[in-house]
Amino acid sequence: MLDIKNLKASVEGKDILKGLDLQVKAGEVHAIMGPNGSGKSTLSQVLAGRDAFEVTDGSVTWDGQDLLAMPIEERARAGLFLAFQYPVEIPGVSNAYFLKAAVNAVRKHRGLPEFDAMDFLTRVKAEMKAVGMKEEFLYRAVNEGFSGGEKKRNEVLQMALLEPRLAILDETDSGLDIDALKVVADGVNRLRSPERSLIVITHYQRLLDYIVPDHVHVLSQGRIVRSGGRELALELEEKGYGWIGDAGEIHAAPPAAGGAQ
Amino acid sequence: MKTATPARKIDSFLDQEYSAGFETLLEADTLPKGLSEDVIRVISAKKGEPEFLLEWRLEAYRRWLTMTPPKWAAVSFPEIDFQDIVYYSAPKKKDGPKSLDEVDPELLKTFEKLGVPLHERARLAGVAVDAVFDSVSVATTFQKELGQHGIIFCSFSEAVKTHPELVRQYLGTVVPPSDNFYAALNSAVFSDGSFVFIPKGVKCPMELSTYFRINARDTGQFERTLIIAEEGASVSYLEGCTAPMRDENQLHAAVVELIALDDAKIKYSTVQNWYPGDKDGVGGIYNFVTKRGDCRGARSHISWTQVETGSAITWKYPSVILRGDDSVGDFHSVALSNHRQQADTGTKMIHMGRNTKSTILSKGISAGHGSNTFRGLVRIAPKAEGARNYTQCDSLLIGDQCAAHTFPTIEARNPTAHVEHEATTSRIGEDQLFYAMQRGLTAEDAVSMIVNGFCREVFKELPMEFAVEAQNLLGVSLEGSIG
Ligand SMILES: Nc1ncnc2c1ncn2[C@@H]1O[C@H](COP(=O)(O)OP(=O)(O)O)[C@@H](O)[C@H]1O
Ligand SMILES: [Mg+2]
Repeated sequence: MLDIKNLKASVEGKDILKGLDLQVKAGEVHAIMGPNGSGKSTLSQVLAGRDAFEVTDGSVTWDGQDLLAMPIEERARAGLFLAFQYPVEIPGVSNAYFLKAAVNAVRKHRGLPEFDAMDFLTRVKAEMKAVGMKEEFLYRAVNEGFSGGEKKRNEVLQMALLEPRLAILDETDSGLDIDALKVVADGVNRLRSPERSLIVITHYQRLLDYIVPDHVHVLSQGRIVRSGGRELALELEEKGYGWIGDAGEIHAAPPAAGGAQ
Repeated sequence: MKTATPARKIDSFLDQEYSAGFETLLEADTLPKGLSEDVIRVISAKKGEPEFLLEWRLEAYRRWLTMTPPKWAAVSFPEIDFQDIVYYSAPKKKDGPKSLDEVDPELLKTFEKLGVPLHERARLAGVAVDAVFDSVSVATTFQKELGQHGIIFCSFSEAVKTHPELVRQYLGTVVPPSDNFYAALNSAVFSDGSFVFIPKGVKCPMELSTYFRINARDTGQFERTLIIAEEGASVSYLEGCTAPMRDENQLHAAVVELIALDDAKIKYSTVQNWYPGDKDGVGGIYNFVTKRGDCRGARSHISWTQVETGSAITWKYPSVILRGDDSVGDFHSVALSNHRQQADTGTKMIHMGRNTKSTILSKGISAGHGSNTFRGLVRIAPKAEGARNYTQCDSLLIGDQCAAHTFPTIEARNPTAHVEHEATTSRIGEDQLFYAMQRGLTAEDAVSMIVNGFCREVFKELPMEFAVEAQNLLGVSLEGSIG
């Protein structure tokens, strides 16, 4: 279980997360929604351990361990996976090489035998088929020159290969057409299991038509201002984010134009 | 040094007939520090060289006396006292370690990371190998097989004895002693090196490597290598300097000359990992090397591939003179400087023949406080009708204390020449590291993966086993480059 208590974090001296509480149990899928700049990506990067984000208060425990004390790669090896909102390009490094190195680093940590080239190719090709990626992407440099949709598929591919215990998807649906969206949703749904936790960060409710969350949270100005079930997402869809006040109170009249910006 | 002759006495030898003068010196295994005509006579005599070579050395020495060290390279170091160097020292088997147990464990760890086999580790560390494995017989087996093809592959000293006419014909014809300060010094005092001769029409059936030639171990700091490929011959030569030398700020001034006649091909690959000094810049080799290939014949092809990760200071510009029509020159280079290392390297492509073609591919990596300079000269002579050059020069920075400089010079004196130049500089981003580490890689693995990706185009030019070694080497060299 992931237990976030009163988490405060800043970047470049600017406070972004201002006392965030969240509990995610094994087997649960949580959706986090919120307007741009509310701190969704900051939360995901803090959980993954990025140095630029300084935790100034609060705690995060993960299966009884102090998550914040673990180095970045240790978190990853222990099964924390972040699907990046903006996947990073690594010129000169083939996707195949990168994926194999990552998979084997994680397998080694879990006491599993490392894949040799043959095993790995068999495995990766099957997963690529599932996410609708052509084989040529194995031999191209990591994310280099990939379209937005291709980058997101590549994230889902990595998630499938690394079999995380806690996966955080940061706006993996943004900018995707409906087919790609279904691929992402399908990838997530295949991963759902009683021992896995998933945090799906999204700006739009439409992803939640395909990934049905157990809980929905609204993040605003660095705090969870509302939590609820699926219906909260629908409500947001209808009313937009404009009606969420700083303290999470609901204004009487939602803005005229519905839907997210 | 009991047998050393006082300096005053040496001076007085200068005007004497040398045969009598250096008798005492001859008994010594190690000459006293300093350089004089007499010292050169002793070196030549100890090696039993023919008269022409002694004269050649002396002429180089006289020339050297009139020269000053080059100052234009972007490297800085205290002035070298050339009278404070020992110019001849016979193989000193006795002071080397006698078994692996006596070797610096750090050194052994490095070899292990490089995947060097145990007996090779011993040899590289300077352990008397004969007890460890029978290297002599390995060398002999090679020589026999090569001999059947008419190939000569031996130490330079041996070649001087067995094939003086070839040495006389080709020595100094690519890098004349007057070429530069260090070339002149090398010509005067060179101790040994390698000699390769591939006769007309012969394709050398194996990669030739200093690695297997036993004399190379004792080759001094002034090596001389001469490779000749006659008409239609081809050879691939590997220069493995992967033994990290432990000596303090030692000067290494080598000269390599390659000669390719009509339709001949020479591929020369180097993986250089001399001791770079510690992270504060103490110790390490000064590697001041003149390497040049002469595409003397039509359609000849000379290709330099180098991976430079060692030395405190590298000053090295493997070049090709494209004399023959339709000849081809390549330069593929990876140069890494970490900590306080300084690398000033590059190439010269001198197009003289018609339709000559050259490619320059340089990858410079700077980490820590390292400084990396690429210096490229492409010269197209007036008669080089239709000459073409493509230059690509990429720099990768790791951290923000390091530096990369690029100085491309193009002198095109023929209007039909076609010269293209591309340059990029990139930095390993925090975002790239974070991304890779989020996937479970350590920072070190992530950096070495990115660096290897950056170097891939050059690595694929290396012979297979060298490519693997080069990759491992980069990993080792980059250790501690990120905080
Ligand atoms: N590296 C950074 N440097 C400075 N400000 C940042 C940085 N990253 C995020 N921020 C700021 O933090 C706030 C929250 O950003 P983010 O977490 O990306 O929001 P969201 O993902 O919800 O859109 C924004 O105001 C953003 O400008
Ligand atoms: Mg975001």
